Formats: sequence, C-alpha cells, structure tokens
Amino acid sequence: MAVRVRDPELPMLTLEDLGVLREVQVVGGCVIVTLTPTYSGCPALATMRDDVVHRLHNHGFHEVEVRISLDPPWSSDDITPRGRRALEEHGISAPGPAPDSSGPVPLSLLPTQRVVTCPRCGAREATLTSEFGATACKALYRCTQCLEPFEHVKEI
Amino acid sequence: MTGTHEHESVYDGLLGSDDSQWAFGTDFEDPLAGIDTTVPDGVDPHDLARYCLMLGDDALVMSQRLSQWCSRAPDLEEDIALANIALDLLGQARLLLARAAAADPALVPALPEGSPVPPEDALAFFRGDRDFCNVRLVEAENGDFGRTMARLVVFSAWRLALLQRLRGSRDTVLAAVAAKGVKEMTYHRDYAARWFLTLARGTAESRSRVEAGLRATWPLVTELFEAHPVEARVSEAGVGVDPGVVRTEVDVVLDEVLTASGLGRPDVNPLARVRGENGRHGLHTEAFSRLLAEMQVVARAHPSGSW
Repeated sequence: MAVRVRDPELPMLTLEDLGVLREVQVVGGCVIVTLTPTYSGCPALATMRDDVVHRLHNHGFHEVEVRISLDPPWSSDDITPRGRRALEEHGISAPGPAPDSSGPVPLSLLPTQRVVTCPRCGAREATLTSEFGATACKALYRCTQCLEPFEHVKEI
Repeated sequence: MTGTHEHESVYDGLLGSDDSQWAFGTDFEDPLAGIDTTVPDGVDPHDLARYCLMLGDDALVMSQRLSQWCSRAPDLEEDIALANIALDLLGQARLLLARAAAADPALVPALPEGSPVPPEDALAFFRGDRDFCNVRLVEAENGDFGRTMARLVVFSAWRLALLQRLRGSRDTVLAAVAAKGVKEMTYHRDYAARWFLTLARGTAESRSRVEAGLRATWPLVTELFEAHPVEARVSEAGVGVDPGVVRTEVDVVLDEVLTASGLGRPDVNPLARVRGENGRHGLHTEAFSRLLAEMQVVARAHPSGSW
C-alpha cells in the first residue's frame, strides 16, 4: 500500500519511484514506514507522511509510525528507472548521474553543462533558464528547437 | 489558524469525492522522528546544543533575509531562485534547531502549558536577540541585488566548507544534516558566484553595485573564522568544526571569484567586537532586532496557536 502513495509535487511518481521510501516494516501490529526528504526544506515531506498514514489507515492498518532517515542523504540517482520513464512521459526531463560530492566541491562559474533532451520534441538542444524551478528539486530549461519551456529534475 | 480543533477545514469543499488528495500537510511533525539523537560519548550535551544553534541560527537568519526578496527580485527566475535557496536554508535550520532541542531541552524557551509549538519553532520564535548566536554577516540588511549576491557568495562558500568537514562529525545527526546540506550549498555557491561575475563584468552600473556590495559585506567576513569557545570545544570533541580551519579554502574560492570578476579584496577594517563579543556570543546589530521583530511577532502573539 505504502509504495503506491504518490509524490504530492510530482504526482506521476510514487514515493518508491522517487526513492524517498526507504523501508516498510511490520513490528507486532504496527507498520513502520521510513521516509527520507529530497531537500532539507522539502515542504512535501509532511504531506507524504500524512498520505502514507491515511492510505494505510484506509487499508485497515491502524497503527502506523512514520520515521525519518537522513543518512545517506537522498540523491537524484535514487529515482527508479520506472520513475524516470514516468517523468519523461509527463514532460519533465529526468536527472543525469549525480555529481560525486564526497571530495572537495569545485566552484563552477559557468552554467552547469548537462545533456538535456527536450521531453516534448526530443531535441537535444536546450538553454538553461534557471537552476531553480517551481520546486527545489527542478531547474528550468527552454528547448531551442520547439521553443517550449520544460523542467529538469536536478542532479544532487 | 483555527480557534477550535473540531473546526471544519476550509479545504473540505475542494476535495469533493476525491479522497486521494485529502492531506495538505499543515500538521507539525518531528523532523527527526525515529532518528537516534543520543549524544556521543565524551561530548557535553549543552555544548553540542549550543553549536547546533549557531549553525541553525546562521541558516535561519540568512533564510529570513533571502525571503525578503520574495516578489521583489529583478525578475521571476531570480525571485524563485532566492526563495528556493531560502527554503533549503530553512530546512537546514529546522533540522539543526530540532537537534539542538534534542541534545539539551533546557535551551528551549518555556511556553504556556498545552502549547502545540514544537521545540524547533519555540527556539526560532521565542528566543530574544541575545540568545541568537548567528554570525553578524547574515543579519545585515539585504541592500540591492548586488549586495545580496556579494553576501551570498561569501556565506555559501563559508558554509559549504564548514558542512563538508562536518560530514565527518561523530554526531551522526549532524553528519547527516551536513551531508545533505553540502549538496544544497553547492548550488547556492555556484548561483551566487555566477551572478557576482555577471554583475561585475556587466555594465558600469552593475559593476559599481556589486563592488559596493562587496565593500559593505567585507567587514563581516573576519568574524566567520573566529572560533567561539563552544566551537573550539566541539571541534576538540570531534563533533564540530573550528571555523578557523576553513579560512584558506574559503579564501581560495573567493579569490577565484574575485579574479574572474576583475575585483580586489576591499581594504576595510573588520566590524569590531563589542566588549569582546560578536554574533556567536549573542551580540548583534540593530538590523537584527528589526528582522527578529518581524519574524517573531505573529508567533509571539499566539503562543498557543495551532496552524
């Protein structure tokens, strides 16, 4: 049941697709669900928790506990292949491989270079409009072929 | 805000029969639910809590300042970018203040019995200015966009360097918060550095603005690398970072930005301590009192409010 709960801001994805559902355990009569936030300030986390509790209650699981896990931090690499397909089908460009942040982080004074494919027309040419989109996890692009703007889930 | 608990939600009419969108996520929840918050051996819980407050207050106050750009930025993209950065920092602040409260509950201001305000909110909204231990860099007025970018590039370069080291903290909560923050601060630093460069190499007007912003920011830089005794002790205990150790790497980053921008380090004196105290000791500037008043007024008017 818990795996079918959808992300409130990317409703084409389930929490499992997004990679924020870490674990589901049944201990005694209690269902313990472990979630991880995408970004520290992700406002969707409270909604996700409420949705999980509500969904499980509706299916007869009355004792539900939602725990938070911060370690390891969420990475865009945690989005499943099915999640990536669902994003593309809904006009959102899926993230490339996340950068390795384990060592020193180099300063990057030029716009982030990504190979981004326009989810509408398939062109591989797009210009970055902003690294920060309508939600913390997305950047804004504009396709230089069909000229349509689209969102890209950022690599973190 | 509802006066009674049984009040019908104003959203009820929006739901219709669609049960899947029932929740609007307005409830409080413990941001550290289920996480082991045991204080590591050999660490004074009060010191750990104070250290978490320092890092949390830096993020909270910087977030509040950046939020003031909301609806006022030069264009929509920057408005959204600044709000996103503020949101990341608010999230870091929430985790850090919650960690502070868990390490030493005595630091949390007392509220009326039965108040639903969670500890991290009590710390944010019910402490006086002398109890805030953010550096003075984050409380200074925003000024124009150039000054805001000058401050943000300094702040994010410094905080990124601190959080990178803090990933190795013996306190597993701090280490996890830091690891998450590193990914976020990387975007913030690049954003601010690119804008700094763009403004510095743009028109004569944009260059003069960012140069003036840098000059206004620079007196607040020295304080960033001065360790408070609490920072020295938590560093010694392996749970915190002495900010003095990141000075060189922050200098390298800032010099790279300045060189690319064709600007030098401003020749200005650091903002003085007052009776030996700076922001980490709870000694703040006048601008901070006004910021705090605006941030806290509604919460303080309703200490038992449910939101």
